[in-house]
Amino acid sequence: MAKYTLQVKNLTVKVGSQTILDKINLKIEEHSTMILFGPNGSGKSTLIKVIMGISGYDIAEGDIIFEGESIKDLSIEERAERGIGIMFQYPPKIRGVKLEQIAQFLTKEEERIRALSAHLNLDKILHRDLNVDFSGGEMKRSELFQLILQKPGFFLLDEPESGVDMENISLMGRMLKAFLKEEKPACLIITHTGYILDYIEAKNACVMIDGCLFCLGHPREIFESIKKFGYEKCKECQREI
Amino acid sequence: MKNVRNANVRYKNLDDKELEILAGVGLDKDEKERTATFLQSDDEVLFHKSLNPGIEIFPIEEALRKYPWVKEYYGKSFQLQGKDYPEDTQGGYFIWVKKDVHAFFPIQACLFLKRKSFSQRVHNLIIAEEGSKVHIIAGCASSYTSGESHHLGISEFFVKKGAYVNFTMIHSWKEDVDAEPKSIALVEEQAMFLSNYICLKPVRKIVMYPTAVLLGDGSKARFNSLLLAHPGSSQDIGSRVIFKARNTSAEIISRAVSLGGNIIARGHLKAESPKVKAHLECRGLMLNPEGLIHAIPELETFYQDVDISHEAAIGTISKDEIEYLASRGLTKDEATGVIVRGFMDTEILNLSQVLKNEIDKLTVETLKKGL
Ligand SMILES: Nc1ncnc2c1ncn2[C@@H]1O[C@H](COP(=O)(O)OP(=O)(O)OP(=O)(O)O)[C@@H](O)[C@H]1O
Ligand SMILES: [Mg+2]
Repeated sequence: MAKYTLQVKNLTVKVGSQTILDKINLKIEEHSTMILFGPNGSGKSTLIKVIMGISGYDIAEGDIIFEGESIKDLSIEERAERGIGIMFQYPPKIRGVKLEQIAQFLTKEEERIRALSAHLNLDKILHRDLNVDFSGGEMKRSELFQLILQKPGFFLLDEPESGVDMENISLMGRMLKAFLKEEKPACLIITHTGYILDYIEAKNACVMIDGCLFCLGHPREIFESIKKFGYEKCKECQREI
Repeated sequence: MKNVRNANVRYKNLDDKELEILAGVGLDKDEKERTATFLQSDDEVLFHKSLNPGIEIFPIEEALRKYPWVKEYYGKSFQLQGKDYPEDTQGGYFIWVKKDVHAFFPIQACLFLKRKSFSQRVHNLIIAEEGSKVHIIAGCASSYTSGESHHLGISEFFVKKGAYVNFTMIHSWKEDVDAEPKSIALVEEQAMFLSNYICLKPVRKIVMYPTAVLLGDGSKARFNSLLLAHPGSSQDIGSRVIFKARNTSAEIISRAVSLGGNIIARGHLKAESPKVKAHLECRGLMLNPEGLIHAIPELETFYQDVDISHEAAIGTISKDEIEYLASRGLTKDEATGVIVRGFMDTEILNLSQVLKNEIDKLTVETLKKGL
């Protein structure tokens, strides 16, 4: 029997009276990557934020199982402790707190910080206030930098390549690929552009539409179908997930 | 009052715990990176010494005896502002930086409270002659033996033409100590007066409203403060700049954090001359619903040709910031600590490189313990 890193069971999430996620079911096998497609506002970021434990969302129903145990009632730092790491789509600005300080919190190995920041062209950014006036690409590289130092066993990546130029996509893609090869984490990756598929091997993909998940299948196939027929077609697919 | 000059007994009566408290307000007891030192405990001057012949440092009474001209300065800045000052003071330092003397290492002056129910009342006089440049680190602290004690410090600064005085004051009091510094700086043509104030330890009550009077064309002033109010403390702290000449400028910046105590953060820019440029900025963080932060910025002028502004903002740490750091594995307390230490940014202080590393370390340690 396959072992699952993550199982989302019948998850319904509300903000106030508004339902944002509606009876979501999702399984991610260990060491495997799941791609999540879906139109703007469909609930993709909400799903990964709820998995991380970010507040403001009310779990009305269902459960989140991580490595066999429910994590629904754990705090964010407990989830991080268990090995869940997130790349935010919109990380907050934190004045007076330097990227380097966070890096030093994540690892005691100064050499790793030096090498990795140099590799990601973040040397100059290390001494800047976190996310304050970072360019779009710098922000994404800084998020990836922190995650790789954190070495989580489960990656939640929210649009790692959006707003990033082609050269930097390649840089980030290769780095991510090397990391996956080495550490073999499970991943849930949100993407609109599909560029990330050129670098990593993803087993499955699914599509979020209006807070519901559809159409489990091969990432390339689904991506091509979305390009040809749009998201609506995915709804018809009705494949069980 | 006695003066003890023998180096072997300079720290007499001070135990290790007390020396540690003094180190926490910047006292470098080996004087390796200091140009001059003054240390007073209660009403007794323990030690004073200058390593630079261009800089003299004495107890004020001794200076008044030695140099009759010092009388001309004593109380003058208060009289010019039409302000009274208490005359029943005992001790305090006299620092005289001679013409064109530049000191690389700072001068340190420490005022220490030891006795229970004692009221320390000092009068300090700082004269920076034309073209001189000096950094002063003034540490005021109370021993664990003090209690129901009081500190009153009169400070007068005379910053002459083209001189530069960078004065950093660190306070480290206790829950049962009140402090009342009163200071006025007179700043002449093209001169600069810079004041950094750091108060991160518990205290019962502090009231202060230091004032810089920009008397000469092109003179500048800057006041920066980092304030932390512990539960039960009340801090009424402001900075005032009075502009009496053209082409003058000033900046007042403060960061106030309430852990449950009260902070009134005042600021007053008073342009009594045209061609003035100044800005006042106060940011506050409320970390406990019991506390209070009251920012009172004031701008005042009769002239059209001035550019004076202020901004004040009070808030709490945003949930997003805490949760972001939590997702990197920091606990809520660790995340709060990191954010508050970031907010209490020593970058806002204008410190020389020598002092910057020291003060960074001191503030980080104090905040780590204090939060
Ligand atoms: N805290 C919140 N309060 C109110 N509405 C919210 C909240 N968070 C998300 N929503 C709403 O839920 C819906 C889903 O948002 P979400 O950010 O998950 O979309 P997304 O699929 O990530 O979109 P995009 O591709 O644009 O990033 C949107 O309509 C959004 O406005
Ligand atoms: Mg999103």
